[in-house]
Amino acid sequence: MADAQNIPAGSTTAGSIAVAAESTVATRMSAPPSFDVADFPVPHGREEEWRFTPLERLRGLHDGTAVASGEGVKVEIEAPEGVTVETVGRDDARLGRAGKPVDRVAAQAYSSFEKASVVTVAKEAVLTEPVRIAVHGQGGVAFGHQVIELGAFAEAVVVIDHTGDAVLAANVDFLLGDGAKLTVVSVQDWDEKAVHVAQHNALVGRDASFKSVVVTFGGDVVRLHPRVEYAGTGGEAELFGLYFTDAGQHQEHRLLVDHNTPHCKSNVAYKGALQGQDAHAVWIGDVLIQARAEGTDTYELNRNLVLTDGARVDSVPNLEIETGEIAGAGHASATGRFDDEQLFYLMARGIPETEARRLVVRGFFAELVQQIGLPDVQERLITKIEAELEATV
Amino acid sequence: MATLEIHDLHVSVEAENGPREILKGVDLTIKQGETHAVMGPNGSGKSTLAYSLAGHPKYTVTGGTVTLDGEDVLEMSVDERARAGVFLAMQYPVEVPGVSVSNFLRTSATAVRGEAPKLRTWVKEVREAMEQLQMDPAFAERNVNEGFSGGEKKRHEILQLELLKPKIAILDETDSGLDVDALRVVSEGVNRVRESGEVGTLLITHYTRILRYIKPDFVHVFANGRIAESGGAELADKLENEGYESYVKGGASA
Repeated sequence: MADAQNIPAGSTTAGSIAVAAESTVATRMSAPPSFDVADFPVPHGREEEWRFTPLERLRGLHDGTAVASGEGVKVEIEAPEGVTVETVGRDDARLGRAGKPVDRVAAQAYSSFEKASVVTVAKEAVLTEPVRIAVHGQGGVAFGHQVIELGAFAEAVVVIDHTGDAVLAANVDFLLGDGAKLTVVSVQDWDEKAVHVAQHNALVGRDASFKSVVVTFGGDVVRLHPRVEYAGTGGEAELFGLYFTDAGQHQEHRLLVDHNTPHCKSNVAYKGALQGQDAHAVWIGDVLIQARAEGTDTYELNRNLVLTDGARVDSVPNLEIETGEIAGAGHASATGRFDDEQLFYLMARGIPETEARRLVVRGFFAELVQQIGLPDVQERLITKIEAELEATV
Repeated sequence: MATLEIHDLHVSVEAENGPREILKGVDLTIKQGETHAVMGPNGSGKSTLAYSLAGHPKYTVTGGTVTLDGEDVLEMSVDERARAGVFLAMQYPVEVPGVSVSNFLRTSATAVRGEAPKLRTWVKEVREAMEQLQMDPAFAERNVNEGFSGGEKKRHEILQLELLKPKIAILDETDSGLDVDALRVVSEGVNRVRESGEVGTLLITHYTRILRYIKPDFVHVFANGRIAESGGAELADKLENEGYESYVKGGASA
């Protein structure tokens, strides 16, 4: 199973469009969403939501054996004027309003954190500088929770940077007031042993715009679960992702856009490159258009570029439509190998092999990177992609 | 003066039941300024010769030598061959998604010339070369070969030939799939490069049609993995009238 041969076939055809009276997206989970870890059985690995994940490499996050240590992660938040940053206890009423944990590790995180960070952008405040949240792993186990809340018509960019080494289960809530605009960039640039499991819950207000940019380069296991729901009509969500999976790494991005409200939009585009033995990328794209969500417009896309033998991609788009009264819905998934004929063609024009590979990979990511709309982030990504290529080619 | 010498070249490809020999001892010498047409029926090994000279990994050289001015070409990687001055215009140019023609051309020219061309003169150089090949300037912003028509792909190959100015140009069935107008435009491009007198041309073709536009100094008939007969331009006329039949039969009984 783990060879490269089955990649293109396995991923290009795995999508499904279901028109169901009952949500398969919801029923596919082994337990209903809950804040309490006790409501979830310990996964054995054959459950739909765990079947791609190497449980034995989660360092006990999934079975209760991982215990927070003093030296978990250090969180530093740098915020411009107009932003309130607070550290609060478990009982703060502002926690957990964007969505419940949907799997055992997310519930474990919610049941285990001691302090949470709440970042509030005041109503109508338009930030000119990003809020920067640095999450630096110190080698231990940590559980966390963050809340980013934008008041009505506020506009902000938040960059969450994950570095260092840690075993971290932490969820993030994004709450967007009416007409608010939030761009979140979450960079997973971990050291090679890190394990990071997180659920990102966005609750998008009426006429609000949410843009999520997830960038995963590092870590041993990274499993992220970005989820979007709408609190009012006219909401928009753009979910962009970019990953570069190296030998032995497991990078899993599981998305859900729940169109529970009429006249909302969503656009999902994730692209990944893989190189090296047992590099494993998983992309699950669930879009649910509920019966009442008339006028929905949604598209999701996943593209993977397999640069070497021995890498594996599982890409599963799943679009579930309960009403025909929509503006548009579509999905696409494709996984291709780095083509030896492309390499030959470029090299036959004098271009050295490393540079030829760089051209192709840069081209593969270019369109997505341009959509991020933040020049400094874009530049950093391109530099990082080049470094990834140079490290192993 | 640049000289490509091919001596007793044997090449195999991996087939279902083990390696299969395609080239069975090719001898050919191409000097700067000369144009050699290699003609032959389908399956005679013409394209294998072209790809083997460029270093395509699918082909294994099992014997013989190829040198460019005494340097061992077979020892060189694909990109080294190109930088040494060997250019292959491909019959089926490859699509490279996400890489624009302008970026590709500049990267290639930088590699082959050993330094980045000066931007101002480069832009002019590319524009003029494209105009001569009757290519729309918008072409430069498209991805390499992606969605190109057959004629556009061939013009793009000859555009590269003009910009890279190789010592040895191998044109693999550049004429195939072209209508008369496109054939004329492409041939004119090849002739501009030939007129410099600095390129040796190996023109591989199935048809004599292109030889009306590009006059060869030598014609070689390729059959059964080797050169069956060599002559001057008059040999092409003979092929035009008689076809390859006698060579194919000869090859089969040999």
